[in-house]
Amino acid sequence: MSRHKKALAADKLMTAVLYCVAGFFLLLLGCFTVYVLVKGFSGLDASVFAFNANGIGNQFFNTVYLVFLSLLFSVPVGVCAGVYMAEYARPGRLTNFIRTCMETLSSLPSIVVGLFGALVFVELIHGKWNLFAGALAVSILSLPLITTTTEDALRAVPPKWKEGSFALGATHWQTIAKVLLPACVPRIITGVILAAGRGFGEAAALLYTAGMSTDINWKSWNLSSPTCPLNPFRPGETLALHIWASRTEAVAPNAAQIANVSSAVLILMVLAFSIGARSLGRHLDRKLTGSAK
Amino acid sequence: MARKDSIWRGIVTACGLFLIVLTFAIGAFLFYKGSGTFTTYHHSVWEFLFSPQWNPADDFTGGGQIGAAIFIVGSICVCFLALLIATPFSLAAAIFMSVISPKVSEKIFRPAVEIFVGIPSVVYGWVGTTVLVPFLEQLFHLSYGYSVLAGGIVLAVMIFPTIASVSADAIAGVPAGYQEAAYGLGSTRWQVIRRILLPAAKPGILTGIILGLSRAFGEALAVAMVIGKMKAFPAGILSPTNNLTALIASDMGGATEGGEYSTALWTMALLLLLISYLFIFLIRKVTAKGEKIK
Repeated sequence: MSRHKKALAADKLMTAVLYCVAGFFLLLLGCFTVYVLVKGFSGLDASVFAFNANGIGNQFFNTVYLVFLSLLFSVPVGVCAGVYMAEYARPGRLTNFIRTCMETLSSLPSIVVGLFGALVFVELIHGKWNLFAGALAVSILSLPLITTTTEDALRAVPPKWKEGSFALGATHWQTIAKVLLPACVPRIITGVILAAGRGFGEAAALLYTAGMSTDINWKSWNLSSPTCPLNPFRPGETLALHIWASRTEAVAPNAAQIANVSSAVLILMVLAFSIGARSLGRHLDRKLTGSAK
Repeated sequence: MARKDSIWRGIVTACGLFLIVLTFAIGAFLFYKGSGTFTTYHHSVWEFLFSPQWNPADDFTGGGQIGAAIFIVGSICVCFLALLIATPFSLAAAIFMSVISPKVSEKIFRPAVEIFVGIPSVVYGWVGTTVLVPFLEQLFHLSYGYSVLAGGIVLAVMIFPTIASVSADAIAGVPAGYQEAAYGLGSTRWQVIRRILLPAAKPGILTGIILGLSRAFGEALAVAMVIGKMKAFPAGILSPTNNLTALIASDMGGATEGGEYSTALWTMALLLLLISYLFIFLIRKVTAKGEKIK
């Protein structure tokens, strides 16, 4: 075979291999998702979803509530830090250093963040495991993501908008608040949804912060009561932790089934959130920028 | 108005600086807690890193053995096995995404990668225990399927999207002129990929691999569920062992706070933190080198 033919054959072969790998990858994801969903939702009765000690309703509520609490902290701080990085930070040592810190934060092992959270938010205030500590630990993990998203979004705004606003006599902050940030809303929301999606699945950071127990009384709405659903200072086991617990402790006879259902619910949430983030981002983009794409 | 401007400027600057404070606080607290093994309980760093004797006393008198070598070796074995499995697949997927079929990829492949990243690690761990472990038991006729291999496979699936998407961006970022010149000289697509795109994207690909490795090193629960939790060096990839993160996750809750056991676990967390710093440093080196070439 001539060299030319050999090269052509190699090209064909490798193209085929690459297609196979890509197909395998999609197949793997498809099988994985379908398997978890089918296994979770087949042959179960509605009592698994009950909001009591036998069901996963309470854990589901804890998960959503914890992520909500964590966003209360990470969104304002993350967006402000992003504004600082994009608008005020001058290139130099300090800015570089903040960037290094962001990289460090985003690559911290979540169990390390969990231990830090347990030490600072639980032990130092002599408290017990609570949802609030868990939420703060999760927000440490999502802070870098929200900051970077905001910064990137601000940098992507056409410079003419800013110049136009300045030319009309607006101050720097007015320009940021009235022109730049509104233009960034779609991208920031997309980032926040992605961060929330990651928060739902977080478990290692919550082991020693949010705790492994949950005791909710749905009739108690006194915020200071330890069983009130909305009391952020009560222990609250999330879905992801529940899977971990049923694997290691086998607390109930139907632990395996509970873990299957919890996995399926988590996967559904992840799917809903990533698809939601995509389509919402696209929708808002179209609406706010008026482009017909 | 100018006043409002400076107030807000102050607020956002404070948030920016808060990131530094937070990073330092995490480092300082871990260092403070983790160094107790060496200061309060008088063990040597050498013992911690290289001794396989792990038997810390769960009280304040100390006197136990805190050799973490088994767990360190366990972590390293599982991570490198995961890297070995994931890298070829990830590179192939990255090439597919950026060169072979960018249009299909944008619609199907990228969203799929995002979903893969988003799947919680406990779900991977759970499917690992219920599907992968029994499968390995049957395949290799083992009595006990929890093993380094199971951990490696689970981690490989988890770091695959990281390596693939970072590498795909790196390959897509190679200047189009390079490709066009190579095609102009009569290269086939595979020749362009192998001789032009991969070498030019090397710093980015390395960054992706290091990011994947750092994710693998810090992953706790998924590995803990399939690694077998055996306090012994792995005899091969089919035997169970334990690693740093799994041990912290399973034992920290039961250890007396401030005792030798819990302090030794904090030292492990400190080690994990130092390793993640090391990875950041490596990535910085690699990217700096990459920019120099350009």
